[in-house]
Amino acid sequence: MNSIPRDPPQDPRRRFLVPGSDLDPSFGAGLPDGAEAALAPGAAVAPAVHVRFTLNERPCELTLDPRVTLLDALREQLHETGTKKGCDHGQCGACTVLVDGRRVNACLTLAATLEGRRVTTIEGLSRERLHAVQAAFVHHDAFQCGYCTPGQVMSCVALLDEARANMPSVVTPDLHAGKPLELTDEEIRERMSGNLCRCGAYVNIVAAVRECADGEGA
Amino acid sequence: MNDMAHPLGRGVDRVDGPRKVTGRAMYSAEFALEGLCHAVLVRTTVPSGRVASIDAVQARAMPGVIFVMTHENTPALPQKGRAAVNPPAGRVMTLFQDTTVRYNGEPVALVVAETYEQAAEAAGIVHVRYETKDAVLGFAHAKRDAYRPERGPQDTRWGDVERGRAQGEVFVDEMYTTPMEHHNPMEPHATIAHWEGPHLTLFDSTQYVAGVRETVAKTLGISIDHVEVRSPFVGGGFGCKGSTWSHVVLAALAARQVRRPVKLVLERRQMFGPVGGRPRTEQRMRLAAKRDGTLTALRQDVLSHTSVFEDYTEPATRPTKAIYAVPNAALAQKVAQLNVGTPTFMRAPGEATGTFAIECAMDELAEKLGIDPVELRLINHADVDPSRGYPWSSKKLKECYAQAAARFGWEKRTPAPGSMRDGRWLVGYGMATATYPAEMEKCRAVAMLEEDGRYVVRCSTQDIGTGTYTIGAQVAAEVLGVPLGQVRFELGDSRFPRAPVSGGSMTAASVGMAVRNACLALKEKLLTGATAPVSVEIEHSPSGEDERKLATRSFGAVFAEVRVDRDLGVIRVPRVVATYSVGRLLNAKTGINQLQGGIVWGLGMALMEESLLDERNGRVVNSDLAEYHVPVNADVGTIDVTVVDENDIAFNELGARGIGEIGITGVAGAIANAVYHATGRRIRDLPITLDKLL
Repeated sequence: MNSIPRDPPQDPRRRFLVPGSDLDPSFGAGLPDGAEAALAPGAAVAPAVHVRFTLNERPCELTLDPRVTLLDALREQLHETGTKKGCDHGQCGACTVLVDGRRVNACLTLAATLEGRRVTTIEGLSRERLHAVQAAFVHHDAFQCGYCTPGQVMSCVALLDEARANMPSVVTPDLHAGKPLELTDEEIRERMSGNLCRCGAYVNIVAAVRECADGEGA
Repeated sequence: MNDMAHPLGRGVDRVDGPRKVTGRAMYSAEFALEGLCHAVLVRTTVPSGRVASIDAVQARAMPGVIFVMTHENTPALPQKGRAAVNPPAGRVMTLFQDTTVRYNGEPVALVVAETYEQAAEAAGIVHVRYETKDAVLGFAHAKRDAYRPERGPQDTRWGDVERGRAQGEVFVDEMYTTPMEHHNPMEPHATIAHWEGPHLTLFDSTQYVAGVRETVAKTLGISIDHVEVRSPFVGGGFGCKGSTWSHVVLAALAARQVRRPVKLVLERRQMFGPVGGRPRTEQRMRLAAKRDGTLTALRQDVLSHTSVFEDYTEPATRPTKAIYAVPNAALAQKVAQLNVGTPTFMRAPGEATGTFAIECAMDELAEKLGIDPVELRLINHADVDPSRGYPWSSKKLKECYAQAAARFGWEKRTPAPGSMRDGRWLVGYGMATATYPAEMEKCRAVAMLEEDGRYVVRCSTQDIGTGTYTIGAQVAAEVLGVPLGQVRFELGDSRFPRAPVSGGSMTAASVGMAVRNACLALKEKLLTGATAPVSVEIEHSPSGEDERKLATRSFGAVFAEVRVDRDLGVIRVPRVVATYSVGRLLNAKTGINQLQGGIVWGLGMALMEESLLDERNGRVVNSDLAEYHVPVNADVGTIDVTVVDENDIAFNELGARGIGEIGITGVAGAIANAVYHATGRRIRDLPITLDKLL
């Protein structure tokens, strides 16, 4: 980041912020000076950044354009295409992966921020046999086209961890400590609502998550 | 039924399930080719006019940028790029052959760079200047120039509608409206174009491999033998991937220019314009009936929008032709032009919109007559196809009404609106008839016995989530009398025998029959002494309804419970119960799933989905998945789907009619009727959002 050109091209904020062609060019105007300087022109041609993290329990070292998201790093550079791009805006959940065990949208995570982190994707969930969540999704036919499925599966894995840790959701009736969280269908629906399924396999997704939750309780 | 040698009909797990849950299923954007570069579309920012100039100097100078394609450097194509306009495969595309701007968001340039980030950034600094013209963006304005489209659904009449009206004693005359919607499959449209000498390979997310091949070859003016299309997995389609849109040909053109494979994936917001959507409709529905409930006349006048450069007509009169036994009818379709992208077929085109209007009108009629809504539909049950008098190949709609009503508990309904309450919730029960035509198209398949004793069946068809991989293998295993695991069904490749578009709910029947017949022919060959390796390719050519004087259509009954918060107007749908008459289900598991998914679509159509056009500039305001609302998990309650026992062997030997679209039909009507029953408010304008109830 030490070779910021002296002569910035016109409207550098726009150059950095516009992800495609469609954004209103006025977007980003009025940023504080500091922010502008930080984003500006070098970002467009910034030298590569270096990042090391753990991907599916293996060390991973990448040299990349600082604008690259975790999602694009996985799909385009590492050719780990199990993680899907549905919207690139954090609105659909198809790119859900685990970072240090917590679910995140890979499209909203810049790869450069992952130094030292532990990333788990659908490819890392199982080696030879299907993970229990994957098996439940197959058995309950909890998908159709399959494009949202890796994200749904990763969300379900995280959901089970969150329930174990008694993390409440907006529909949890009683937040007082000491009471173990009960994964009702309403809880499951709420906690899986960050993952859109346009095929509409929600009834079967709930059944698959239910089986996993009950299997844990038993 | 547990005999592995007879897998047809059983709810076996999807054969491609393990690949989908592990992320190993390869979708079109995921093929890693040597030297692959990335393309990003630049789109117009005005709705009408012409491109005055494009300044791409700055974009071309950006690091990593390889090529910026505009009208100034795009090769001239045969017939200005219109050599293959033949829906569903070929549409009027935007291929930079001239400077005309016909809608906001139309492709205007393509930037190719080493990486996606570089292409995206450069796309943002391609400066386009326009000479703008007045655009037509208001529907009220556009409809003054509405016209009868030359192609597509034609006006239909039977009986004497004036005489029928004169016989009527009770009347309904209302306008029902549905908004512009967009398909939004989870996987965006994606194409990788790869040239090797004169040979073009396209990895394309499509519902019609053969259609892409033919359209691209013709549009580029090259031999069809030089084009291959692969589409092993498609992340949903619902109609928008049934046609070959501009980006596919643009990717091919760019790849030829840069002499490297080019990947072009549409951004989510680019899916609100250049790849179709469901058009807005206005339907005036007029019913006349006698006091005993018998319909005497029906008139339906449908107006839908299209673009200024291609007619697409939403065939909302189609279900009305078949749904009730009405002796006199007049059904008319018109279109009105807007400066928007051309709309297209979207899940149950015609039936989704048409059943909303007729099923709400029937509910209004039932109330005026004081007849139970189910009873009114039984009184007017069509024992034969009303418009042509043909008998049905098989129809068990009366069983559907009875079964679904019983499962739902319809008898608990008290007819008066607002009469059922649960605390702060107003409870409403509503129902509707579902229907979708059953069609087959010509399809080819090849069946082979390999030396290792495994059977392989190939067909160029697509699996868009519909279970085609699975039911194809099931049909083959059933016919060959071998376990499912001994058969591999391969699809999604234009090198395989030609299959029709995965649309119109006709894949199970069309592909299923081709697979069946190919396997029968292979079996015959083996019985007469042939030994592996051996293969047989056949074509199944079905005859249509008019040739056979036989009407083929699926039906169903949908019941919905809604709860409306009496103060806030919040609308919830805790349960939907539906029973269908769809012939034989080839796989109970994938089949029921698909019908349930259709109901989820119906719920979205009823309560959420609407693309809002900014009438000042022609952009869809809510062009992303945060603002264009589709149902999420928490929006969906219980969905109870059953099918009646049926085997439609008059339609085809498999007895199956196809189920891709019927699930959405009737649902918006059932929910609207339930909202009326809960609140006494009749909302005739979709989606039924809470502001319309306050």
